Amino acid sequence: MNKIAKLFITFISALTLTLTSITSSFAKVEGDMIVLGSAISLTGKYSSNGVHTQNGYNMAVDRINSMGGVKVGGKSYKFEIIYYDDESNPKRAAQLAERLIKQDGVHYMLGPYSSGLTKAIAPVTEKYKIPMVEANGASRSLFTKGYKYLFAVLSPANQYLEVAIDLAVEKNGGKGVKIAQAFEQDAFSQDVRLGILDAAKRTGSKIIIDDKLPKELNDMAATLAKVKATKPDVLVVSGHTKGALTAIRQISEMKVDVPMLAMTHCDAAKLSKQHGKKSEYALCASQWHKNLSYKDKFFGGGKKYDKDFKKEFGYAPPYQSAESSAALLVFKDAFERANSFDRDKVRDALKATDMQTFYGNIKFGPGGQNIAKPMILFQVRCKGDSCENKVVAPTKWASDKFFHPIPPWSERG
Amino acid sequence: MDFLIFKAPMLMVQASLDGILLGILFALIAYGMALQWGVMNIINIAQGDLVILGGYIAYTMYLAGIHPAWGVIVSPILMYFVGWGLYKLVINKVVDRDLFISILATFGIAIVFQQLMNFIFGADVVVAQSEYGTTMLFDNSVTLPNSKIFSAFVSLAYAVALVIYMKKSKLGRAIRATAQNARAAKILGVDTEKVYAATFGINAALCGIAGALISITLTLHPYVGLPYTVRSFMIVIVAGLGNLPAVAISGMGLGLFEEFADYILGTEFRIGAVFMLLVFILVYRRFKLSKKREYLK
Repeated sequence: MNKIAKLFITFISALTLTLTSITSSFAKVEGDMIVLGSAISLTGKYSSNGVHTQNGYNMAVDRINSMGGVKVGGKSYKFEIIYYDDESNPKRAAQLAERLIKQDGVHYMLGPYSSGLTKAIAPVTEKYKIPMVEANGASRSLFTKGYKYLFAVLSPANQYLEVAIDLAVEKNGGKGVKIAQAFEQDAFSQDVRLGILDAAKRTGSKIIIDDKLPKELNDMAATLAKVKATKPDVLVVSGHTKGALTAIRQISEMKVDVPMLAMTHCDAAKLSKQHGKKSEYALCASQWHKNLSYKDKFFGGGKKYDKDFKKEFGYAPPYQSAESSAALLVFKDAFERANSFDRDKVRDALKATDMQTFYGNIKFGPGGQNIAKPMILFQVRCKGDSCENKVVAPTKWASDKFFHPIPPWSERG
Repeated sequence: MDFLIFKAPMLMVQASLDGILLGILFALIAYGMALQWGVMNIINIAQGDLVILGGYIAYTMYLAGIHPAWGVIVSPILMYFVGWGLYKLVINKVVDRDLFISILATFGIAIVFQQLMNFIFGADVVVAQSEYGTTMLFDNSVTLPNSKIFSAFVSLAYAVALVIYMKKSKLGRAIRATAQNARAAKILGVDTEKVYAATFGINAALCGIAGALISITLTLHPYVGLPYTVRSFMIVIVAGLGNLPAVAISGMGLGLFEEFADYILGTEFRIGAVFMLLVFILVYRRFKLSKKREYLK
């Protein structure tokens, strides 16, 4: 090795050492800053939803800080978040969580985007007894492992489409229905499937098609041909944005007539924008909608949040952003009730959370999942060429009547 | 397990037609792969990502208000230059090395392309709308999206044009000569460097066409390139290099196989079945080869 190379290596190692010593001087609470950590997908396949999550976090941090911050022990503190890009990779996410905790000394964590990444991080936060409030991991398996430091503000995945089956049964005069379903083979979608199986059992419905879609899914023609041949009462599809877009494309092209179509990820897929009228009547599960009447003092209500978010980031907030903002409100509330920065006291305070945010009521069940907030269903409805998502269930917040059955393609323009 | 497909004959027709139309599209991608594999002895892992990039070109046109079907003309032209540039930048450094190096290099290219597309076009799944409507057969019991029929015809037209071009044109002859024996071609005055660049460009152009067709028939996402690479690899393995009719037939065969596997084994085994088939074919080929060797002894 020549001299210059040696010199270069020395220089680099010196630089790294300095940098690590600087970062590790961040503690849980620095001066008047409460430091939170989050590994988040800024690149890779989850990057668009990762950014929605980050925007939601940032929006709430700014709002809470500008409205007096967090009051603990008579002193006012401000939130600050250290972000690392996990590249949408679970292994990387777990490493980064370790790094946030061990090197950066973070004592409180915010969740990443997606169930898969949350699953990767949860064992780490659990090991170091770090309370984590997450807003984007809905998989049921997160809440059955007995984690004590994991709190999720969102409803678990198995609740996503249960309501849809209830609606179908109601429309069928209380009798069981025939269900055709196609789910991607990933943790989240399979949990949605379990929810449907439960609902089917409860209502005496029969599942006549039960397809598992591959991860590389881009063609559902075979599933849809089966649907056409067997004429079910409901078709349920869950395969993230790809599943939603593929389903609508092929249902409209193959002219598959089904009285009811229920899906997930419609708004993330921008279904009504990308497919326009073809997506009309699709029923979609959502964690949140701006028209809900929940309120809090930081964001006002859903409509105000929608407006402020648009002003700040230039697009309408998907529910991924709203639930992420809510996670910060939960943390603030817990710190103030604990009136301490002791991790276990904060954890106990989180456990006892019972509050309303603009996003919905939040109260944690024994597994850490939010048990106080129902899922909502909206239906895509079009006027001319412009399509909108209208809330149709639960009835308390419904702005429109649920349209049933979907008219056959021969009658649709 | 219920075999719905055997109870409803119309499903059989539907599955066959779906499979064949999709298979023709795969065959186009596979032909590009076979071409540059044969000429340059490079297995291009980035094949699928070139396809997706081609799709994004058509999608960009669609966003700009141009009908995405024009993508089948614009996309190959742009992609030719992308391929040509890739050759000059990376591939020419690995073209004479062993297969492993070229696999590694193209794998790297694939990752770079995925991230670039993610960066430029975002990680959202997107579709372009052709509004071509649907053809209904047998009293609406078999439905064929016109976009799929369109894509099969375009693929066939380009394939035929390419075959004629390879047979008649000077460059086509040079490419074929280089494929047969690069050294001999060089001695006889063929500028193999140029031939390689053109071959890689033509391959990228074929991917561009396929991508534009995929944007109107299926969905686009920066990370869905790999299944297209695997499928074309598979088709080439079955068909052999430099045999277009075989590539077309094996493409359609694969499409059919996938559709029927979906009905009989279940959707979850659709891609798995393709991999199983690949293993069987590789083992079978080896078996045949070893027999041949014994015979030669």
